[in-house]
Amino acid sequence: MSNPQQLRYSKEHEWLSGAEDGASTVGITEHAANALGDVVFVQLPEVGDSVSAGETCGELESTKSVSDLYSPVSGEVTEVNEDVVNDPSLVNSAPFEGGWLFKVRITDEPADLLSADEYTAFTAG
Amino acid sequence: MSSTELRRTALDATHRALGATMTDFAGWDMPLRYGSERDEHVAVRTRAGLFDLSHMGEITVTGPAAADLLNFALVGNIGSVKPGRARYTMICREDGGILDDLIVYRLADTEAGAPHYMVVANASNAQVVLDALTERAAGFDAEVRDDRDAYALLAVQGPESPAILKSLTDADLDGLKYYAGLPGTVAGVPALIARTGYTGEDGFELFVKPEHAVELWRALTRAGEGAGLVPCGLSCRDTLRLEAGMPLYGHELTTALTPFDAGLGRVVKFEKEGDFVGRAALTEAAERAASKPPRVLVGLVAEGRRVPRAGYPVVAGGEVIGEVTSGAPSPTLGKPIAMAYVDPAHAAPGTPGVGVDIRGSHEPYEVVALPFYKRQK
Repeated sequence: MSNPQQLRYSKEHEWLSGAEDGASTVGITEHAANALGDVVFVQLPEVGDSVSAGETCGELESTKSVSDLYSPVSGEVTEVNEDVVNDPSLVNSAPFEGGWLFKVRITDEPADLLSADEYTAFTAG
Repeated sequence: MSSTELRRTALDATHRALGATMTDFAGWDMPLRYGSERDEHVAVRTRAGLFDLSHMGEITVTGPAAADLLNFALVGNIGSVKPGRARYTMICREDGGILDDLIVYRLADTEAGAPHYMVVANASNAQVVLDALTERAAGFDAEVRDDRDAYALLAVQGPESPAILKSLTDADLDGLKYYAGLPGTVAGVPALIARTGYTGEDGFELFVKPEHAVELWRALTRAGEGAGLVPCGLSCRDTLRLEAGMPLYGHELTTALTPFDAGLGRVVKFEKEGDFVGRAALTEAAERAASKPPRVLVGLVAEGRRVPRAGYPVVAGGEVIGEVTSGAPSPTLGKPIAMAYVDPAHAAPGTPGVGVDIRGSHEPYEVVALPFYKRQK
């Protein structure tokens, strides 16, 4: 499994893109998607919500368990992926692409986000 | 990760080579899934799936008084089971609480002419059952033997399973009824071939020596290639049995419940000869159940997409009226489903206003009769 180089990663297994049109995209990593198993339900924050770095902002439900979704950064949600709400299996089939979760205009970012190589090492350990 | 060493089945290396996601289950390192648990589930419903169930606990009971011992130790009438047949039964405590649900196979009589039984317990309860049988055997001319290490158990389940197995054995599978077993050879491997399973599909369970497990797994995999057989893990086994409305120990069955509280009072055979452990308490439980019906095990089907989990409260009119015992998204129905014990007033299929409290939000659910899924014969 390879983690795209251009993304940054949290230790809670979210990925974060660089800012495009003022907002960054958030999803969960392939590592996390594999660990969850088949995702059957996602609850995402709403557009306009304020999210805080490291705090719960939604839910990911798989066949066997339910997991909290954390925001890797603080900011305002500008868009949510309705495709993934309608078809949660996108989180498994395309975690870094069609399975993205929400976009956020960042107001604050923790200093400890990981690079792709650091995240790969983190999940290998 | 617990610090205690997990037990591994004879097929451990096979599972790892197949890329299985492994999980700790009752002290065993077992395959949870190989790829998508949903695909594995669908394969069993429509084609065939291959399971490693070597963690199940086999206990051999033999000797002239083996039937008398089992009649005393278990709630079923084991004395009436004929050689080659199997029976679903339970072992209860003196107070009537369920220690485990079991399948008892009666094999061919021993050379000395004594009856020969194999009791199969859940992995999580195997030691409890072994200890109880051993203790209850005092005074009976019968031997209770721990045979957990003597068997590997492979299961082939699904509509294609008879054809797959037939290509590997001369055993009379057509003559083998549901809940029956016969000794035979599968792909050259000596096996007890049983027509049992826990998926709601037709299928077979093959008890073999552990040293033959890998050879048999490979032969079944090759034989099933054209029929769409895939390896299956414990995750899809749970959704398969849930759709089929089959109880699981630790969820629908516990020591806090008698068979009558679990809606399975029919397994208790008061008419059999002699005393049995729990008779007095179970007699009372039966009377209690008749005069004041206990909570009823029902099916719940979600209207939304959030999944009810074991322990979540079932609610109606702002009151808690029951508790979910098992829940999962159902691949066959395409909706979340659950089994739950609910107050009798809310147990009728179609009862309006029933919901499940899912982490604080009351989600609407439809009450249905079990099972959710029944195969077409």
